[in-house]
Amino acid sequence: MTPERQTFLNQLAELLVDGSPHASALGLTHEEVGEGSAVMRAPYKAELIGDPETGVLHGGVVTALLDHVCGLAAFTGFGGEDMPATLDLRIDYMRPAKPGLDIIAEAVCLRSHGLVAVVRATAHDGDADDPVATAQAAFMITRASKEAQERAERSIQRGESLG
Amino acid sequence: MAETSLLQTLLDAPYVSRFGIEMHLSGDELTGVLPFRDDIVGNPLIPALHGGAVGAFLEVVAAASLITSQELSRLPKPINVAIDYLRPARAHDVFARAQVARSGRRVANVRVEAWQGRRGKPVATLHGHFLIAPALRGGSGE
Repeated sequence: MTPERQTFLNQLAELLVDGSPHASALGLTHEEVGEGSAVMRAPYKAELIGDPETGVLHGGVVTALLDHVCGLAAFTGFGGEDMPATLDLRIDYMRPAKPGLDIIAEAVCLRSHGLVAVVRATAHDGDADDPVATAQAAFMITRASKEAQERAERSIQRGESLG
Repeated sequence: MAETSLLQTLLDAPYVSRFGIEMHLSGDELTGVLPFRDDIVGNPLIPALHGGAVGAFLEVVAAASLITSQELSRLPKPINVAIDYLRPARAHDVFARAQVARSGRRVANVRVEAWQGRRGKPVATLHGHFLIAPALRGGSGE
């Protein structure tokens, strides 16, 4: 990948993560983005605990992180033009995340053909070989997402901010 | 622990109260509500709710349905969930109802359906398995 392409993908990833109100509310950040791959992080926050007795983060944080990181990998897997919508997302929870630790999710787009992309992801809290959860998801370019993308491009060209 | 207090524990969890998730119990019928708020929007351009926020809400409703349909000694833990996104969830409240397809001594299978304007046009469905710990009752064994 050329450095220009990487800069372009980084800028897009920033837009697609920081520009998403829910991702911001959870404090999700993107760590890396490549052609058909992405890494994101969910910070440990007391306000996102699911079980007060153990202090473990709510499964919903993992769900949102996995959905977002898979979406990002699908987006670049499709070539980085249209923001795809999630068709389905399956998550297997391996073990509770350790209280106090951030969760890191790594996604790879296995294949994108035509309108559909298949993505696999792993979430862990430091050791990628000891995952908290794994996920597989399918994404699709929809008319709604295509129209939104076109509106976004027009507003970027006009130098406006999104949202 | 009584059923209602475990439901309260679920609702009082920081994440659940942070996003204002509500449960309405009419007799034995439970309806979950995810009230619309700006911070559950995933894509502000459409605008559509975040798939993760909708998925998480469905998980909470699934757990709540297990708590209210039987006496458990602790919160159900998800083993796996599969979420189908049927339509974009728009910038409105989301409602959901769950059906416990099977509930054994350790594992339960739950199906949840979420809708917005019209019940007949669901925006997402979830099915998943949860680890459960039924409260021990004297003598009955189950």
